[in-house]
Amino acid sequence: MNRRSLLAAGATAAFAAVLGAPLRANGKIKVGFIYVGPINDGGWTQHHHHSAKEMVEHFGDAVDLVYQENVPEGPDAERAITQMCLGGADIIFTTSFGFMDPTINVAKKFPNVKFEHATGYKQADNVSVYSARFYEGRAIQGTLAGRVTKTNKVGYIASVPIPEVVRGINSAFIHARKVNPNVEFKIVWIFEWLNPAKEADAAKALIEQGCDVVLQHTDSTAPHAAAKEAGGVYTFGQAADMAEYGPMPRISSIIDNWAPYYIARVQAALDGTWSSVNTWDGISTGMVGIGEISDAVPADAKAEAEAMRDAIAAGEYHPFTGPINKQDGSVWLAEGEIADDGALAGLNFYVEGITGNIPS
Amino acid sequence: MDINPILLAAAIMVASTPILLAAIGELVVERAGVLNLGVEGMMITGAVVGFIAAHESESATLGFMGAALGGAAVSVIFGLLTQFLLTNQVATGLALTLFGVGLSALVGQGYETTTQVPVPKIPIPVLSDIPIIGTILFRHDAMVYLSLLIVAGVFVFLTKTRAGMILRAVGENHDAAHALGYKVRRVRMMAIMFGGACAGLGGAYISLVRVPQWVDNITAGTGWIALAIVVFASWKPWRLLLGAYLFGGVTALQINIQAEGLDIPVEYLSMSPYLATILVLVVISGGRAPGSLGKIFHASS
Repeated sequence: MNRRSLLAAGATAAFAAVLGAPLRANGKIKVGFIYVGPINDGGWTQHHHHSAKEMVEHFGDAVDLVYQENVPEGPDAERAITQMCLGGADIIFTTSFGFMDPTINVAKKFPNVKFEHATGYKQADNVSVYSARFYEGRAIQGTLAGRVTKTNKVGYIASVPIPEVVRGINSAFIHARKVNPNVEFKIVWIFEWLNPAKEADAAKALIEQGCDVVLQHTDSTAPHAAAKEAGGVYTFGQAADMAEYGPMPRISSIIDNWAPYYIARVQAALDGTWSSVNTWDGISTGMVGIGEISDAVPADAKAEAEAMRDAIAAGEYHPFTGPINKQDGSVWLAEGEIADDGALAGLNFYVEGITGNIPS
Repeated sequence: MDINPILLAAAIMVASTPILLAAIGELVVERAGVLNLGVEGMMITGAVVGFIAAHESESATLGFMGAALGGAAVSVIFGLLTQFLLTNQVATGLALTLFGVGLSALVGQGYETTTQVPVPKIPIPVLSDIPIIGTILFRHDAMVYLSLLIVAGVFVFLTKTRAGMILRAVGENHDAAHALGYKVRRVRMMAIMFGGACAGLGGAYISLVRVPQWVDNITAGTGWIALAIVVFASWKPWRLLLGAYLFGGVTALQINIQAEGLDIPVEYLSMSPYLATILVLVVISGGRAPGSLGKIFHASS
């Protein structure tokens, strides 16, 4: 589905409206998705789309799927979302942080359309927010990184400076330090979610500076290609399993699984029970999946990481459990204290031991 | 300090090559009096065609040849429209970029997860063994050397050869050149195709060496940087080389400084490549645009 078919869909809907035909005469629902990247990016957007298709399969003919790819974050997103509303969408999922304000703005104009915004924090009567506790997966990556590194230098390709990304860095760092007190993090911000050339440059620079583990919060597989070329460097799949780069350099991954959520929300819309909610799920519900840990990881480290995964899933362990100090040395969480969701949602500082500063 | 200056210098050459290739091609086009804003579109076409050609033939050489042909092929569209149908060059160039980005996404379907044949490094005998300089300059893949040869070749062509003088005459004043009996359109078509081929090579360098894989919109604006560098280098090949290496250099350097964790705000580091390149090239600037740049030529006028 591209812009043209969207326009066609819009025209059809307008025509139907003129005829006075109800849009959902046969109980059909039109579900829209706004994507920040192309559906074949190999990561973030691909997995949203994959989950959307699973949702369509689940409902069969009851659902009409419309989507638009490569929507820029910012004002132009408002136009894209509006167009989808005019096209007759009943429920629209906007799947990137930068769509937050555009979603809220459009939602005001279309009170009868239901909106679901991913990874944001602004809710309204017809806008739900949903996100995944990716930091739980980062804790496992940090543990593995701390165990497998020989140079004690771990590279981190950070994307856009928002709390979600900062949480991931902190979580990975805390757990890498826990198993390896000598480990250091080198963080590079590229200010984009997807830019293969910049990601490759960043990965190469980190590897040249001695990092033998590279974590990424960006969407392409370019860092894996760089690590493969360099040899002896470990990486993790981001958003998608990226299994094609296993067993080396990719040794595990965080997999986004949105399908159960999408199915539940569309079901609610069909049943007329939809209401605005704030969902933040993690490993326990499967929204955050941990990709298989490859045999390139020593067996004991693998077992340790899997035990942590199971403990998080069972609710026995929270990755942000004190004592944790802030970067400046002041106390953030006292011994045994667990960070509350409010503090995590707005997290904007590094924990003690990380060098450098977060771009504002 | 973990920054290795020698590896960094070598990385700079790799990061600069795509911009350099695209910019030197556009320089020749503009010296012939044509403003082709479609560099980005030609680059991304080269990137996808080069990737597919290399993947299917399992030969990086054939990949780059395919990329040059692909870039030249889309530039012919621009040439036919602007030189024979006399369309506006700015609008046609912009359209070429939009066209290239869309076309590449279509053609590239299904190649996203495939990995690329490696492009071999070619250490130059003897020279590559010189300490420090050998690692920085003489242990690259063939395209890095080729890009430098193209810059040198363009310089010699424009300043020392008859054909180069004719090309510049066409760019400076196409009516006078026409009155002297030079084939303005033919010269410009050849320049446009050369520009397309160079842009195609630059794009393929991103998809075959720098990343190396195919993803939609992989060039991500490199073509626009190349266009800007041509102007800031005041249409002179050696300044263009400086500009491209400076931009690539500061880009690579700022990533390294970030990774080093130095206490410089990241925002300033991110804008530094643009600032540094503009500043230096403005300071050394001088020279002016070719006289007929962007103007429509018709033999009757």
